[in-house]
Amino acid sequence: MGKLFAVLVIVITLVSVSFFVRRTWWMPTDISTTGAAIDHQLDETMIETGLLFLAGQLVLGLFVWQASNKNPARKIKIFPGGSKPVVIAAIFVVGIEILALTFIGSKVWAAVNIAPAAADSLHVDVQAEQFAFYFRYAGPDGQFGGIHPDKIDDGNGNYFGLDPANDVAARDDVVVGSLVIPVNRPILLTLHSKDVGHSFYVPVLRIQQDFVPGLEIPVHFTATQTGKFEIVCTQLCGLGHYNMKAYLQVMAEPDYEQWLKSQEGQ
Amino acid sequence: MHDTSAAHAAHQHAAPTGFIRKHVFSLDHKVIGKQYYGLALLAVFIGMVLSWLMRVHLGWPAWPIPMLDKLSAVGAPQGVMTPEYYLSLMTMHGTIMVFFVLTNAPFAAFGNYFLPIQIGAEDMAFPRFNMMSFWVTFTAFVVMMAAFFVSDGPPISGWTAYAPLSAVGGDAGPGLALGQTLWAISIAIFCIASLLGALNFIATTLDLRTKGMSLARMPASSWAWFVTAVISLLAFAVLLPACILLILDRVAGTSFFIPAGLILSDKLQPHSGGSVLLWQHLFWFFGHPEVYIAILPSIGIVCHILPVFARKPLLGPRAAVGCMIATGFLSYMVWGHHMFVSGMSPFSANLFSVPTLVITIPMTILTLLLICSVYGAKMRFTSASLFCLGFISVFISGGISGFFLAQPSIDIYLHATYFVVAHFHFVMAVASLFGVFAGTYFWFPKMFGRMMNETLGKLHFWLTFIGVYCIFMPMHYLGLAGNVRRYSAFVDDYLIPLIPVHKFITVAALLTGAAQFIFLFNLIWSRFKGPIASENPWEATSLEWSTTSPPPFDNFGGRHMVVYNGPNEYGVENNGTDFVMQVSPEKVSAS
Repeated sequence: MGKLFAVLVIVITLVSVSFFVRRTWWMPTDISTTGAAIDHQLDETMIETGLLFLAGQLVLGLFVWQASNKNPARKIKIFPGGSKPVVIAAIFVVGIEILALTFIGSKVWAAVNIAPAAADSLHVDVQAEQFAFYFRYAGPDGQFGGIHPDKIDDGNGNYFGLDPANDVAARDDVVVGSLVIPVNRPILLTLHSKDVGHSFYVPVLRIQQDFVPGLEIPVHFTATQTGKFEIVCTQLCGLGHYNMKAYLQVMAEPDYEQWLKSQEGQ
Repeated sequence: MHDTSAAHAAHQHAAPTGFIRKHVFSLDHKVIGKQYYGLALLAVFIGMVLSWLMRVHLGWPAWPIPMLDKLSAVGAPQGVMTPEYYLSLMTMHGTIMVFFVLTNAPFAAFGNYFLPIQIGAEDMAFPRFNMMSFWVTFTAFVVMMAAFFVSDGPPISGWTAYAPLSAVGGDAGPGLALGQTLWAISIAIFCIASLLGALNFIATTLDLRTKGMSLARMPASSWAWFVTAVISLLAFAVLLPACILLILDRVAGTSFFIPAGLILSDKLQPHSGGSVLLWQHLFWFFGHPEVYIAILPSIGIVCHILPVFARKPLLGPRAAVGCMIATGFLSYMVWGHHMFVSGMSPFSANLFSVPTLVITIPMTILTLLLICSVYGAKMRFTSASLFCLGFISVFISGGISGFFLAQPSIDIYLHATYFVVAHFHFVMAVASLFGVFAGTYFWFPKMFGRMMNETLGKLHFWLTFIGVYCIFMPMHYLGLAGNVRRYSAFVDDYLIPLIPVHKFITVAALLTGAAQFIFLFNLIWSRFKGPIASENPWEATSLEWSTTSPPPFDNFGGRHMVVYNGPNEYGVENNGTDFVMQVSPEKVSAS
């Protein structure tokens, strides 16, 4: 019985680990300037905790195997040195791991989340609502029009509640359903929500940030590869949550400029 | 002779004779413990069936599920559930499991039954409060179940009920009208019951220990219930007012959690000035300690049971208790790690990350103490001991993934993915339930006077142990691939290739769930047909094994127990046996 348990634990452990090692299912390729550091941190964590996982399960299996020995003459044995070496080892090993992870992690976190956006960032305003994202560009004047919740009217495409009749800055704002950006240029998003909480998750950018009603939340990043990627909602927002998505299109700078012009012309 | 006046004062009520006072509105902690167990058993099977329905839908979304349209014609026309009904089932699954199973079974059920006996008391300190806590909990359960039957459907905002989705009412969509209000009312009632229970546990532990039962001699399980009671008292004391504020936002037009300018159903909502993050802070200030409310009792139960079957003392019992206390203390400093993506100040992330990582130290020590307690043991492999060993394995698996989620930069990627689902199910749900299973196989003879069937028990263990790994291990891979949780269907381009993994998990969940009926059958069959249990069938040392199975109304038949030893006296030479009872006056000598 004990031997069966030991074998089972070891088999489960090795099979589980093999999928991590082979990366059968893994993160999509990163396309951001900051993602590499996050991936590196995840890899470090994966190796350190993977070793702890292997060691913990295998030692458990080994001890259970030994404890199933039915020899009646066998005497019980207390762990050498009692609990003290165990406690000290745990504090030492885990303590060092925590220090290392915190040291790497806080630097990565600061670089991504505390460092301000570059001054020449392209600003895009994002409005989330049940169950869509809308993106707004400032237009030729470089100014965003003010947001007036009482003017929001999805039926007429006024997703941001703009007031072009009285607000000059709002007249040339470009509002679209996809996030189109130039490659290798810093982007600064400002997240607003029209109704409930939503989230802005782009796995290829390693970014996830909630939309919080009542708050304007900045997010900045730089994409390093062109292509079309998915933006999905990860904050439960109601019945259509699973289907709330948009596309991120990263274009070469000239293509982006051309796209923007075509939108401004509409 | 020692002073027994305190114990007598606590047990002034005489043994009842009528059916109602004996079995329904009983003041006897043993009956109340069994009532809690029964309620948790009912709840866990409801919760499990809900997870089955969800899993079938995730694997095969177009399949009509037989009878589901009978439960809700609107939610599942022709048996195919709507997206909102999926979210309802998910919300109810999480709520039922966290509150009515994981809080009730290892803590309220076993704690009620065995804490007084283990410390040599005749009952809880406040038997009337005790009866009240159960019936208030039961009321909360009835209110929660009522949410299934309201016209608008059960709530859909998840067990975390994030505002403003949970606060603005029916304008936010189906499932957010009366059902959500009932949810908030039920949880508020549950909080009241938990506060009463926590007070009772604390007073009982501190005041009713019998002569010789110093704190150092208390079994690990009693220590865990005591520490959990202290955590509960502080945690539910925050959730209760939070729920009251949520109810007021919903029914009285206040705006605690709702800011100005929200448009729902094309209507500008008549609220202003509230804070969405306030709900998250209050909820998680409760929510994180709640994780330890769910797991600490099971850790204590395993620390108590493992030595019985290892036939050697728990390694470092004092260190184990110290770790439980340290964990309880730290559990109040880490709630923000649930909010790394919430938009709170990025500077606070490190502040919450470091204590979260530090919690892994006491948890690692506890795990190592358990593993090393197996070293050199003469293990008796029973259903109870197998579940203890399984507990260690799943607790390692669940604990390890905590390292990832405690680091904000990594959490940003993994937050709200199946990686998180895997983490909390392993570390909190499966581990805690393994503790409950171990406790059931171990204490059933004491509670009902009959032995459970070991063959069925072991079969239950093997199927469950393999099953939970097949269900939850692949969820880590899904999370790494960015698979978002709380989706009723996977329509995104990058999620579609992952659907076969979901199908595998669904099959594993159906089979593992089916294996739980072996346990249910064993419980019911053994209750009536199991072999009669002796007073101490496992050769254990603690006080519950020094009285009849089941114990008499006053627990020890008028005897006033005097304790001479700690609970860990295994592997010693004692008149041909290898253990010394806590109440045994023999001197203990190491073999």
